Amino acid sequence: MRFVNRQPGHGGRWLLALLPLILLLAAYATGSALRLADNPEDKLLPSAAQMVEAIDRMAFTQDERTGDYLLWADTAASLVRLGLGLGIAALAGLCLGIAAGTFPLLRAPLSPLLTLLSMVPPVAILPILFIVFGLDELSKVMLIVIGITPVLARDLEQRAREIPREVLVKAQTLGANSWTLVLRVVLPQLLSRLLVSLRLMLGSAWLFLICAEAISATSGLGYRIFLVRRYMAMDVILPYVVWITLLAWASDHLLRRLNQWCFPWSVGEKP
Amino acid sequence: MFSRQLLSALVLGLAGLISPGAHAAPKTQFNVCWTIYAGWMPWEYAGAQGIVDKWAKKYGINIKVTQINDYVESINQYTAGQFDGCTMTNMDALTIPAAGGVDSTALIPGSYSNGNDGIVLKGKGKTLKDLKGQNVHLVQFSVSHYLLARGLDQAGLRERDVKVVNTSDADIAGAFATPKVTAAVTWNPQLATVAATPGAVKVFDSSQVPGEIIDLMVVNTATLKDNPALGKALTGAWFEVMALMKAGNVPALTHMAKASGTTLDDYKSQLKTTALMFTPAEAVSFVTSPKLAETMKRVSKFSFEKKLLGDNAKSADAIGVAFPGGAVNGNAKNTKLRFDDTYLRLAADGKL
Repeated sequence: MRFVNRQPGHGGRWLLALLPLILLLAAYATGSALRLADNPEDKLLPSAAQMVEAIDRMAFTQDERTGDYLLWADTAASLVRLGLGLGIAALAGLCLGIAAGTFPLLRAPLSPLLTLLSMVPPVAILPILFIVFGLDELSKVMLIVIGITPVLARDLEQRAREIPREVLVKAQTLGANSWTLVLRVVLPQLLSRLLVSLRLMLGSAWLFLICAEAISATSGLGYRIFLVRRYMAMDVILPYVVWITLLAWASDHLLRRLNQWCFPWSVGEKP
Repeated sequence: MFSRQLLSALVLGLAGLISPGAHAAPKTQFNVCWTIYAGWMPWEYAGAQGIVDKWAKKYGINIKVTQINDYVESINQYTAGQFDGCTMTNMDALTIPAAGGVDSTALIPGSYSNGNDGIVLKGKGKTLKDLKGQNVHLVQFSVSHYLLARGLDQAGLRERDVKVVNTSDADIAGAFATPKVTAAVTWNPQLATVAATPGAVKVFDSSQVPGEIIDLMVVNTATLKDNPALGKALTGAWFEVMALMKAGNVPALTHMAKASGTTLDDYKSQLKTTALMFTPAEAVSFVTSPKLAETMKRVSKFSFEKKLLGDNAKSADAIGVAFPGGAVNGNAKNTKLRFDDTYLRLAADGKL
């Protein structure tokens, strides 16, 4: 049989899905064992036991100085920033997207501006953000907001413009004014798309969060990573990266379920 | 069937990918790295002007000099084995490579900070004591943190009297420009910008603890032992540039100023607060002075308190630091950082 026509069986599919992961882990374990055999104090590729010890220290042992459980304190600080950033960006993106997508008079000034703004790399203008928003929590939240709002808004504008003209005309012949049109026709369709866009922007939001925490902070997942990087504590960094990945995956999953639950029509029939 | 073939092919390929860690053995190709800092610009000059090449050729080897933009990353790369030598401070040499089990030798103590690191407070007439209760912005666990600890000591304060905010070195000047940031510890060239802020006062600097923040060229001990040519070539090249700098060679200084992104005047003012050891004799007397052991003891204590010596460290003596003549601070069985005067003496005796 030709290669192109060969299908993996049920078990085969599982095996093939797990295989790259197992290989990666095996490669890591081998590299780690080799380096540790060469130098038992090596910090670059810590063994699983060293990482478990680090997790125990970070997550289940009180910090002597502050009395906090560092991993949880960091997680809470980061999630609050991320949540605020995403929330504000979602709200702003939705308003801007609807305005630019529905009203030609607003589209004329907004659309080019949003296109332009979405091209500005926010990390490059960080010093300006400091001066405007200070170095506290606000600037960290604002970095996320500034980073993802224009992209969200542009995406939602596009979706709003894709709503068939006929639907808008029909609503108007049924007596809708501009306000009810937005409220009853455009908004419901865009809310679902907003959740999808947010899912797509999660990666960027995490990136901006970690950038902001690397620059100035006293807690947070990104803060910890950049702090312990100072003495190359990969035994702390790697579990933190896994934890961030898990958190990101969980928030993606949560948004997907939320979309399914609130807007079942947008997901389509379950196969 | 297919999966099994795939599996074995991949495992074989993987085994080929992982080669055992490079062991020190006589070799001819060496890599050293440096980062931008007033006291390390001579390496840039020596690399760009072929001085390193000239000395390397004399000893029949090749040395590639690489600039790394991120200081911590350069030390990490050295610690991971990507470089045979790298520029770093004495504290970072102890807490990164030495604590990471990489036996390192401080081949050349090029200079020490004599005002290049400082604590700056906003507000007229502020003194060191005014640190109390402030949010202090600095790169945590760096020499800035160490300087803060020394400053707090002198003011009769403790670290719990202040709140340390980790702020990246690249952004600290921008951060200090914001109204809410009132205290910062940093090094040059950022220090100059920060201290020049209207209404800001430098309340403490490294000239008050001279010789404690040392700018080194650190080389892997095993590599150096097997390849003395590397030590000879680097030391020779370094002091050739030092002679130029001592003589105030304008083209050389201009070249270094340009490479560090500043003007000749500004670079000269940075050098004023960098105590360069111009001659091999000065460097020899620096590494053989009993004060160095005292300094390293203090640095070990600070690093242990901040848990920078590794999880296995039970005390500040966990890592041995060796000095010329065989004296060792801390656990001699775990000596990972060595101050060595062999090559400096060769240079002093004109035997390079």
